[in-house]
Order: sequence, then C-alpha cells, then structure tokens
Amino acid sequence: MTMPAIDRLLQHWQRWQQNRRAIWIVYAALVFVLATAPFLVGMSAGSAWVRILDFILLYVILALGLNIVVGYAGLLDLGYIAFYAVGAYFFGLLASPHFDIHLPFWVLLPLGAVVAAMFGMLLGAPTLKLRGDYLAIVTLGFGEIIRIFLTNLNAPVNITNGPQGLNMIDPIRFGGVSLSQTQSVFGFSTSGAYLYYYLFLALVLVVMFVAIRLQNSRIGRAWVAIREDEVAAEAMGINTRNIKLLAFAMGASFGGIGGGLYASFQGFISPESFTLSESITVLCMVVLGGMGNVAGVILGAVLLVVVPEVLRDAVRPLLGDSVDPNAVRMLLFGVALVAIMIFRPAGLLPSVRRQREFASDNEVLAQEQASLYDARR
Amino acid sequence: MEISAELPQHLVNGLVLGSIYALVALGYTMVYGILELINFAHGEITMMGAMVALAVITALVGEGSTVPGFVIVLVGLGVAVVICMALGFVIERVAYRPLRRAPRLAALITAIGISIIFQAAALLIWSSKPIKFPKILPEAQFELAGATISALQLAIVLLSFLLMAALWVLVQRTRIGRAMRATAQSPELAGLMGINPNYVISITFVLGAALAAVAGVMVAAYDTQADTYMGSLLGLKAFTAAVLGGIGNIAGAMVGGIVLGVVESLGAGYIGGLTGGFLGSHYKDVFAFFVLILVLVFRPTGLLGERVAERA
Repeated sequence: MTMPAIDRLLQHWQRWQQNRRAIWIVYAALVFVLATAPFLVGMSAGSAWVRILDFILLYVILALGLNIVVGYAGLLDLGYIAFYAVGAYFFGLLASPHFDIHLPFWVLLPLGAVVAAMFGMLLGAPTLKLRGDYLAIVTLGFGEIIRIFLTNLNAPVNITNGPQGLNMIDPIRFGGVSLSQTQSVFGFSTSGAYLYYYLFLALVLVVMFVAIRLQNSRIGRAWVAIREDEVAAEAMGINTRNIKLLAFAMGASFGGIGGGLYASFQGFISPESFTLSESITVLCMVVLGGMGNVAGVILGAVLLVVVPEVLRDAVRPLLGDSVDPNAVRMLLFGVALVAIMIFRPAGLLPSVRRQREFASDNEVLAQEQASLYDARR
Repeated sequence: MEISAELPQHLVNGLVLGSIYALVALGYTMVYGILELINFAHGEITMMGAMVALAVITALVGEGSTVPGFVIVLVGLGVAVVICMALGFVIERVAYRPLRRAPRLAALITAIGISIIFQAAALLIWSSKPIKFPKILPEAQFELAGATISALQLAIVLLSFLLMAALWVLVQRTRIGRAMRATAQSPELAGLMGINPNYVISITFVLGAALAAVAGVMVAAYDTQADTYMGSLLGLKAFTAAVLGGIGNIAGAMVGGIVLGVVESLGAGYIGGLTGGFLGSHYKDVFAFFVLILVLVFRPTGLLGERVAERA
C-alpha cells in the first residue's frame, strides 16, 4: 500500500547521508540554488514565478507553524488561518494610511507574533479538554468567527474597513530602501518580489531552525508524549495544560509572522484571503508532506503551491474557456488528497517516529484480521 | 414591549431554520455514532441535493405549466434524494471504508478531500452563479399567535417532523434499526451476533444522505435560490447542532437542531438592540460557533449526550 519508489529514494538518500563529502556537495548545491533561485526562476519562467516563489516561502512558514500544533502536539487545528489573519491585520492596521499610523516592520512583526500567540492561547484555553475531532470543529468555528468579525467591523466604528479590506500597506524598509521598489543590483534590475524573496528566505531559515530545535527539545518531547498518550504524559509529570497552550501559542506566532509578511508583501489584505479553504490548504501541506517532519512539511508546502500553478497553466489550453479552470484544479486537488490518504496515510515524507508507528500498527492489524472489523482507531 | 411583540415571529423563523438543521444534523450524528467519523462531506451532499433538485425543477417548469407546482417540486425532491443516496453510498465505499483502520486524522482529511471534490464537481456542472427557485409553490400565509407563517414554512416544519418521526420509528422499532444501534455500541459484538457491519454502515450513510437531500431542497425553497457554496456553512451549523444535542444521539440531533435554529433567530433579531447597534444581524452566523464553544466548554456531552459520556 505504499509507494515503493519514494521509499527506495529515501533509502538511497539515507545511504548517501553516510558519505560526508557527498553531503557537503549536496548542501553547497542547495545553498547555491536557494541563493540564486529568484534569478534562475525569473529568467527561465518569467517574473510571475518569482512571486510564486515568495508565496512558497510564506506557506513554508505557515505550514511549519501549523506543524507544531498538528504534527508535534497532535492537536488538529482547522482554523489556523485565523492567526495568519490576525498577524496580517495587525500589520495592516498599524502600517497603512487607514489610521495613518506607520510603525516600522521590526516593531510590528515581533509584536504581531505576540498578538497572534495571545489569540492562540485564547483559542487554546477553552478547548484544552476536547478530543481530536471536537477540537477540529471548534478551531474551525474560531477561524470563521475571526473572519466574520473582520468582514463586519466596519460599522458603526470603522476598524477593519470591512469587506473592502486594507489598502496601501507599507512595504518593509531596510534603512531607506523599500523592498517593494525596483532596485538595480550589479546591472540586474530587481522588482519587489526578488528582494522579498531574500527576506522570506531568511525568516524561513530562522523558523526552520526553531522548528528543528523544538522537535528535539524537552518541550518537543513533551508534545510528542501528549500526542501519543495524554494520560501517560501527565503521569510522567508533564504539565499537559501549559504544554498544550504553548503549542497553540508557538504555532500561532508563526502564523502571525507569516501574516505580517503577507500584508506588507501584498500591500493589500481583505477578509477574503482568510477563508476556511486557506486553513485546509495549509493543513493539507502538513499532512501530505508528512506530519511532524520538517522536511516533509516543506515538501508539502512547495508541492501545494507549485502544482496548482502548473495545473492552472496546463488546464486552460486543454479544456478551453468553457470550463472553469479553478474548478478543475480543485477537483484534482481533492482527488489527490483522498488518494494520498488512502495509499500513503503517513504523508509523502513521514517522520521516522510516525513511520514506525504506522508500521507497527500494520503489524498489529495484520494479526487482527480475524476480527471482523474495527471502526475505532 | 417591542421585544415581546417580535418574539413569536422570531420563534417561528427559528423553528423553521431549526428543523432544517436537525435534518442535516441527523446525518452527522448517525455516522458519528457508528464510525466516530465526522463526515465532512455531509454539508456538500446537502448542496448536491439542492442543486440536483433545482436542475430537475427548472427543466420541468420550462416544458409545460399544466402540472401543479408542488408535484414538480416533489419530483425534483425525489430525484435529488435518489442521487444523494447514491453519492452517500459511493463515498463510504470508495473513500471511508479503506480508511477504517487508519488513524483518525487520515479519515478526516479524506472527508475534507471528498467535500472539495463535490464542490469542484458542482462548480463544473452548474458554475458558481446561484440558481433561482421558480415561484411555483402556493404562497398562502397564516396568522398564528401574533406571527405570520407561510405555507412553505409550515410544509418545511411538518415534513421535517414527519421524517424525524419516521427515522425514530426505524431506529427504535425495526430490525435494521436494532442492527444500527447494536453496531453503534460495539461493531465487533454486533458482528458476532450475525449483523453485517458493512451493510449497516452503508445503510446509515444512505439514510443520512437522503435526509440531507431533503434539507437541501428545503433550504433552496426557503432562500428562493441555491449555489454551490451553500453546503459548507450549513454543514458546519448542522454539525454544531449535532454536538449541541450530544453527538451520536439521534434525539439529541433533533433537539440540538431546533435549539440552534431558535438561538440563531433570536440572536439575529435582538443583537442590534442589545449592543446598542454596535453589532448587527450580519453577525448571525457567529452565534452557532459561540453556542458550539460554550457547549463544548461547559457540557461537552451535549444536552442529551449520554452516549459520549459512556465512551469517554
């Protein structure tokens, strides 16, 4: 029931990793590709793809944040985009002509992360006792509540500017240089998308570092323990309430940073960008890639941004204008989701621990074949 | 003074809304009772029911107008119910059955995938423009204790209660109903008693889908239109209703649906006055979620939820 090709590839990779020299070559190539990616992409595929590259990085940040909640701590959050929205609106309100406040980004991004984390705790506190799917529904409801408030808080006091959203949000500036302006560096003229790429890349590296360090920390192990068996974890002396709240807050703060970046990058935000389907997209990145595994989650984010874009270009000439290409894209997306869950439920690149769990589950299940069927898992 | 004058009308509207929620909630609760799976695609089945029925009804209305309106609507309803039952059967077979032993999250993601597929398919078939419900139903109105109730509202409430009563009899008094209750308690033991759990699960999905189709047609008639996006919010509210009543509990879904409908109607009616105009009736969709969060915090088993308590 697995995809042997991918597993074989992974085995090759693991053997490769033994070879010190090979690994250095791979890393050097990776650094080179990452450093020049916008120029390579911009020259080969057009500057529209540089923006897509930026969005990949943005979604990597989001997916890694959600991975803390879902992948590490095992708390299914279907309203994650609410924190993204909080971060984006926090940035948008305090750095735009809407209230005529223009705070610099290095104040707003960290503060946005803190505010989002507070919202995370706000959501976490009443839902801590809930089991998996109840939690999913409550978080989903929370996401909708945030969106409804953003849409309607324009009257009688105009706070969010309602469905029109916020316009002309300040771009990020370093010194006197605005990232959204066209610059010329060494004869290359670079549009905003190029410069934002490097900012996003730097933040992705920071977020990755935090995510990986968290995974192997005392807190990370506590999250895994809670995911596996909450009662046992509590018996081992873990303060499950605080640790779960921490997971919500950490995940939300990543979302808040992502939101702030998004607001400044786009220059425009509206409640339409923060719908349930966005939450589900980010969740799918985490699950498809492989919950709990940083590399898997990044792969998921890359695939789910790139594949729809490729499909968008591929579908239109095939089917003509009579068919809504967006609907075809959604259809294929849904089919892929179901197929991957049926054939590879641990994701494309599962974390080692999860993989082991699934394997041992299968062995146990093989012994249970005699029993007619078991609905509860 | 004004509050008491409006009250009966809000109650009537809430009852109508609530009986629709209850019908959809039954589908969630029956499936959850047996599989412990949130069938996320259930809301989209409701949407499919509404769209199919509207397609049939508009086609029939176009041909000739000698047939009375309610007959056309009944035909549309019949077709929608049959198609939705087929859809319910197929998704259980294709998407959920292979994942019964898989981790919970996998099944939930699959359910989300199925609902995306349904929405995309509906978009491809009907495009995103709303379809109008033709004005072919009688438009009589009755006065009842200070409230106006239209023939359509009355029909919705009566039909819902009829269906709920029928379901209750089916579950409590028939052989297949007993099999369903047994499977919900313990699939293994039910299997040992000669019940085929797969058959029971299929029946459960098909029944839930049929009720969802009816609810979808009701929503389309009540809102005088339907579009491909109607499913998700309706599904969410119906799920809230199921949780409110105590998920897995059939009577609970009925009570929960009606309570939620009334709360939403009262909330939308009075929130403007209570907050001095700061929050208006466009916040009506928020109530369902606040109710959900409050229930889960203070009474996670729901109003009538002994079933979950038994499990925990």
